[in-house]
Amino acid sequence: MGAVLKSFAHNRKALTGLVIVAIIVALAIAAPWLTEYDPTRRVGRPHQPPSWDHWLGTTRIGQDVFARLLYGARTSLAVGFGAGLLITVVGTIFGILAGYKGGRTDEVISFFTNMVLVVPNLPLLLVLAAFIGQASPWVIALILGATSWAWGARVTRAETLSVKQKDFVKSAEMLGEPSWRIMLFEIFPNVISIVGINFVGSVIFAVITEATLEFLGLGDPKTVSWGMMLFNAQNASALQVGAWWDILSPCFALIALGAGLSLLNFAVDEVANPRLRTGNTLSRWSLLMRRGEGRL
Amino acid sequence: MIQEPIIALEQVSKSFGHSGKAVRAAHDITFALHPGRTVALVGESGSGKTTCARLVMREYRPDSGRILFRGKDLNATGAVGLKEYRRAVQMIFQDPFASLNPAHTVDFIIRRPLALGQPDLKGGAVDETIADLLRRVELDPGAVTRKHPHELSGGQRQRINIARTLAMGAQVIVADEPTSMLDVSVRLGVLNLLNDMKRDLGVALLYITHDLATARYVAEDILVMYAGQIVEWGDVHRVLTNPQHPYTRLLLSAVPNPEIRFDNPDARLDPHAVEAIRREARHLQDRIVEVGPNHFTRRAA
Amino acid sequence: MTADPLLSVQNLTIDYIGAEADFRAVDDVSFDIAPGEVFGLAGESGCGKSTIAYAINRLHKPPALIRRGRILFEGQDVLDLDDRALREFRWSKVAMVFQSAMNSLNPVLRVEAQFHDLLKRHRGYSKEQSRERAAEMLRLVDIPPERLRDYPHQFSGGMRQRIVIAICMALDPKLVVMDEPTTALDVVVQREILQRIDELRRSRGFSVLFITHDLGLMVQFCDRIGIMLRGNLVEQGTSEQIYHRPQHEYTKQLWASFPSLHGHPVRLERASG
Repeated sequence: MGAVLKSFAHNRKALTGLVIVAIIVALAIAAPWLTEYDPTRRVGRPHQPPSWDHWLGTTRIGQDVFARLLYGARTSLAVGFGAGLLITVVGTIFGILAGYKGGRTDEVISFFTNMVLVVPNLPLLLVLAAFIGQASPWVIALILGATSWAWGARVTRAETLSVKQKDFVKSAEMLGEPSWRIMLFEIFPNVISIVGINFVGSVIFAVITEATLEFLGLGDPKTVSWGMMLFNAQNASALQVGAWWDILSPCFALIALGAGLSLLNFAVDEVANPRLRTGNTLSRWSLLMRRGEGRL
Repeated sequence: MIQEPIIALEQVSKSFGHSGKAVRAAHDITFALHPGRTVALVGESGSGKTTCARLVMREYRPDSGRILFRGKDLNATGAVGLKEYRRAVQMIFQDPFASLNPAHTVDFIIRRPLALGQPDLKGGAVDETIADLLRRVELDPGAVTRKHPHELSGGQRQRINIARTLAMGAQVIVADEPTSMLDVSVRLGVLNLLNDMKRDLGVALLYITHDLATARYVAEDILVMYAGQIVEWGDVHRVLTNPQHPYTRLLLSAVPNPEIRFDNPDARLDPHAVEAIRREARHLQDRIVEVGPNHFTRRAA
Repeated sequence: MTADPLLSVQNLTIDYIGAEADFRAVDDVSFDIAPGEVFGLAGESGCGKSTIAYAINRLHKPPALIRRGRILFEGQDVLDLDDRALREFRWSKVAMVFQSAMNSLNPVLRVEAQFHDLLKRHRGYSKEQSRERAAEMLRLVDIPPERLRDYPHQFSGGMRQRIVIAICMALDPKLVVMDEPTTALDVVVQREILQRIDELRRSRGFSVLFITHDLGLMVQFCDRIGIMLRGNLVEQGTSEQIYHRPQHEYTKQLWASFPSLHGHPVRLERASG
């Protein structure tokens, strides 16, 4: 584990991704100190361009964009990581159970998983959100958690199946270890990279999907989040009237978070699968080749 | 002085598949494991030796015949007896890389079976016992306890596998090709260790291999298997110096012998003769002939 | 060596380049293989024998780097060959059999298609011509030619290895490199296959570079043997010399690691702990 973390730390992609996400998280936490404005109140004239008073200008109804961005970050991050966690936990538990236990358990769980997998995700979310009416971020997080775990479960099950074949699992069985111990101590530590990738991927998915749902008008209008900012800006025809700050701020925020998380994902992948590694391990080789210190 | 057998198989048979296409994996298997002695089970892949190992480990149930543990039929044993059997009979696998969990340290790997095998040990006594076990398999506890399997060599990993079986309090060790994936210069150390344990702790060893030379090195008795049958068996020296069954002779002649180069006509194996021997040996040969004291072979009726 | 050697490895040094440090897999190794000779390279894992085999066929990928040395095949440095010359060189001058060669057969192609792949590319054969040649090759390795239309999974491990050898022979290479070709096979199958290869090399005149860790087998099969330890070629000689009069400590140690089937059973210890 220590070696894994170390190689993670040396990976440029990982560090960049981590820094980006850390900055966003820090900004979100420090929101009350970074801005004196209440994000929901009208604090200025409508659609003011960025100025010293309002660093990112104001919205159509006079709210401070920068304040909304910072407090909105809290919501987007909370939903993202919350739903991501839920998706990952459910998917991992089902995946390992189905993969290790096999037989009836596997049949039941896999059937269930395939059903959830086959149902088209976004339309289902749209229908549920519309049904519930103005869905608060927590409801959205819950819906995401309940409908998006299937892919992770499939992948984890496949990984579990291959770990199950290994002799050390057989050894543990021969010692007479109960199933739960084997799943927790023998299988789980060996599928952890899949779980990690699943988690980061789920967070990205949750953040974007939440923003999408709100942008489409299915969110609770009282919410302060990047998705709602997009929705409001779109409704106010911000781009057409030239209020680019209104719509581009949440856009770039989402892009930044998505990019940071994706870099982290690549890094988890590379650390887990050394064959994918490129970059600094080969740069020395290329240097030596160019200098003529060897051939292939 | 040969003690009473701790495990005995009597006319055990096992097939796989259903009526039309049943594969006879093991037929009429009879042998015994005694404390302090090693039985070598020798055969090529597909001979049924792995099936026998699994029967001894109770991964498979025999279709017919019986398995006795300390004289009592396993089928007639209650749950407590079966638990005791499970503790007493342990296995060492062929692949030193795959048989240890890469996520665990050596300490954890030994601690767990110790907790199961000697539950009364507590606190400091546990740490001491772990250190003792590691020393017994010729590893330095200080150097290895905190390491993970990938930081150790193949030979060290196999030694830890052996230590693990001792931690459980194994009385019978089934070693399935324990050295075939190790480097040549390391194999002997592991085999010597198995020999020491047999001698010092009275462990009974079932040594499964395709390598006749190492079988001779570690075992007192040998069983030669082909196509699910034990075709020749008995004292390892008698069987290997005076082989009776055509298949045993074939096996012996195929073992690399630096004394005879390929261009020597004595070394030549005629492919047709080989095929004929194989075909013959595939038939069920139910007639058993006693060649000498503790030396038996099957013959076509 | 009176005649010119077929293969001459000279001062070969190969490193694996790491982010910070390099690993020297092969260190200044030199040996020759004469036409029609079987040369064995013995050693344990990590000694560099497979690295050398790969280098002869220019199979290495980064981070491997050939630092120094030449590999002369019929006088020409293999490492200097351009892509076109390399394509001609592979399979028709030098062929390679791997340990997991059974897995190097394409599972979705019939056996005859695998032959055709090769023969069409190198000799422009038609399907008919490939089939004839393939049948001839299969007969050489004791596989009934009727099985040309089967798929690899329909054969046993030993038979698949024979098929790979047959494909290697198809273009009449001068040198066949075999990296642990029979280690995963049963001892009787191993003997049959190697025996057959021995007969073929005597009748067709190709050389063999035979890599394994089984010294006893090497002495049986090879004319000359080289012993490798951690990248260095520590001893080289005829089989007879290596068997009866090993000079280097490591060679003696290797011999001591093999229990024999004959003679009085003794407890063997490693020469030095």
